[in-house]
Amino acid sequence: MYSFEPNEEQQMLVDAVGKYAANDLRPAAHEAEESRELPKKLISKGWELGLLQASIPEAYGGFGERSAVTSALAVEEMANGDLAGALAVMTPSLFATPILLAGSEEQKQAYLPKIIEGEWHPYTAALIEYAFDFDANALRTTAKLSGENYILNGEKAFVPFAKDAEAMIIYADLDGQTQGFIIPKNAAGLSIADEREKLMGINALPLYRVKLDNVTVPQSNRLGGASGHNFELILASMRIASASAAVGVARASFEYSKDYAKERDAFGMKIAQKQAIAFMLAEMATEIEAIRLLIWEAAWMLDNGKEDAFKQAYLAFTGAADMAMMVTDRGVQILGGHGYIREHPVEMYMRNGRGFAMFTGLAIV
Amino acid sequence: MTIEFETPKPIAQMNTMLQSVAENMMRSVSREFDENEHAIPWSYVEFMHTAMKAAGGGGGLTPGDDKPKEGAEKRPPIGYQRLASQIEMLSWGDAGFYLITPGGGLGAAAVQAAGSPEQRAKFLARFNGEKPTFAAMCMTEAGAGSDTSAIRTRAVLDEATQEWVINGEKIFVTSGDKSFTEYEQFGKGFIVVWASIDPTAGRAGMRAFVVEAGTKGVTIAKLEHKLGIRASDTATIALVDARVPYDNILGSPTVEKTTTGFKGAMATFDATRPLVAASGIGVARAALEFLKEKLTENGVTIRYGLPRNKLTSIERDVIDMEIQLRSAWLLIIKAVWMADNRKSNALESSMSKVRAGDVTTKITQKAVEIMGPLGYSREFLLEKWFRDAKITDIFEGTGQINRLVVARQILGYSGKELR
Repeated sequence: MYSFEPNEEQQMLVDAVGKYAANDLRPAAHEAEESRELPKKLISKGWELGLLQASIPEAYGGFGERSAVTSALAVEEMANGDLAGALAVMTPSLFATPILLAGSEEQKQAYLPKIIEGEWHPYTAALIEYAFDFDANALRTTAKLSGENYILNGEKAFVPFAKDAEAMIIYADLDGQTQGFIIPKNAAGLSIADEREKLMGINALPLYRVKLDNVTVPQSNRLGGASGHNFELILASMRIASASAAVGVARASFEYSKDYAKERDAFGMKIAQKQAIAFMLAEMATEIEAIRLLIWEAAWMLDNGKEDAFKQAYLAFTGAADMAMMVTDRGVQILGGHGYIREHPVEMYMRNGRGFAMFTGLAIV
Repeated sequence: MTIEFETPKPIAQMNTMLQSVAENMMRSVSREFDENEHAIPWSYVEFMHTAMKAAGGGGGLTPGDDKPKEGAEKRPPIGYQRLASQIEMLSWGDAGFYLITPGGGLGAAAVQAAGSPEQRAKFLARFNGEKPTFAAMCMTEAGAGSDTSAIRTRAVLDEATQEWVINGEKIFVTSGDKSFTEYEQFGKGFIVVWASIDPTAGRAGMRAFVVEAGTKGVTIAKLEHKLGIRASDTATIALVDARVPYDNILGSPTVEKTTTGFKGAMATFDATRPLVAASGIGVARAALEFLKEKLTENGVTIRYGLPRNKLTSIERDVIDMEIQLRSAWLLIIKAVWMADNRKSNALESSMSKVRAGDVTTKITQKAVEIMGPLGYSREFLLEKWFRDAKITDIFEGTGQINRLVVARQILGYSGKELR
């Protein structure tokens, strides 16, 4: 059957996240972006919504079952409030979800209960590398088996909360395949840059460069244990998360510019009454809905183990990145000169919107 | 409720059957009927009539009667979803042929939407008859295209005979010839003519009239020569003192200050826009599949999964086309799913049409470009699909009209507030 309505449980979650996004994240977004700082209380409040907790089974201390569809709904809603804030709240998932999806039993028991109990702890992951041709399936960071250990070398970029992280998953190339490795805090050879990354957008999120100089971990620290894991599943889950966040940001820009257009007078009428503006808004709304459905389908395929789910996640991710750029650009255009001024959020949405083409690895469903 | 993307089993089974119809009865003669515009592919028409009758579809493409058999488990209705899939699949075969699939089409849809139970019984039974039968909708005039309120065709009641006397000229009537001309091989059809019974009342004065095939005073003035969908006839119909029985008016014969009659026509469009969109998607899918097949033959593989900036131009194009095609199809599925579940879908319906109009033209245009001389040659059907596709952005409301509908919905504006 086809069906396009979230179930009751999902709807309750969307409503709760939506409330937090509108009442907490969005009002704090501008100040956070300018000061490059997210209030700790803001993150804690988001953590208490229990998105990650609800996706982990009771056996590991959680109270639910992971569903990519449910997570996609929640990510869109949260990013609709503020992208940087949403990514911060969800950072521990970057560590926990790959373990849930691909970790060994030992790894699940060692980490999952610890991560989700009580307060938000900074657990993170490092996928992106600082290269124009960065490709998650062809990493420059390497892992080599040496006796009983893996030795990692290379450099990772845009790693959220790396400075304070209790542990992180570092993705590296192992014999031509991307594999994750669990690296504890203070591992020998692991160095984290003092300076935070300076980017075009998401400035409130603390991102760091991470260097690996012969970092040595036992085989049991390879994600999934000695035999490893299927990275495609993790990558597809990251792509769906990134795509959902793109829909959230695009929607924020659409909603803001729509409201503005209904208020702004020109030539004796509201500018929304001009077809030039109204048609832009109609196309924005259509594009957002079309890509949202593509993402839902990809997430549903992933949840149901459908053939082609990975390809569909790639298509959804690629389509969402384009859509976010198109929509956020128009958001600025509709506000005209005011759109270019930092007092309105649409310029920030546009800066965030451009990032989705490279944001793989900053969120996961 | 839930979020699910599983194609319902009956639809999947039907698609398999229709694919063989498309390959064997449509694709094989597509070129022939493109080059002989207005020729009628009798074998397709007769086959479809027999097949649809046997399937209980009332001799035409309709959402069907979805009531489960007695004792059977109650299932959610999928009539419009099935119809959208049928149309997509048939248009994948040939969009022009799809349009001449026998049945009531838009004419019957108008009777269904605006007619009384008696009128429905009287006018719609014929589609389940022995012979394939057609009906058509006559809305557009030379001076009234998207702006349907500018319609000048007049209907005046002759008090003495209690007949409506209709005068005017309608253009762009899809299947107008098959619906009105009394071919031996066809059952007696009808056309539904939109006319004003009170020009001072604007849209409130607009009514639809059922005009039976062969009615005196009505002539097929012209058959258009078109860019594409050439297997489908597009007629100009002249009405000069055409007399129609009193009871053939759909809706109330008196003018109130409301525009319900006209809204009836617009409600028809809510139901049919995603279906027209589905037809376009069928054409676009045909073009994209052909393109990918030819690329494979020529040793070009599409490397899915690579970052954008590592892809070749052709890879980017093909990936974009796949994104466009699938997301446009999902908008359609959502719109018809809403129709099946009796949810108001004016917004989603027009969104699906906007998107389908855009992507079918873009995909077919790009496919021709990528195939170069092979795309432009009549040796392959690709150039035909390019021509067929463009109609998706035009009929059942142009892309611009549908943008207007979407914009009014999202902004909460009336037609007056956003013209």
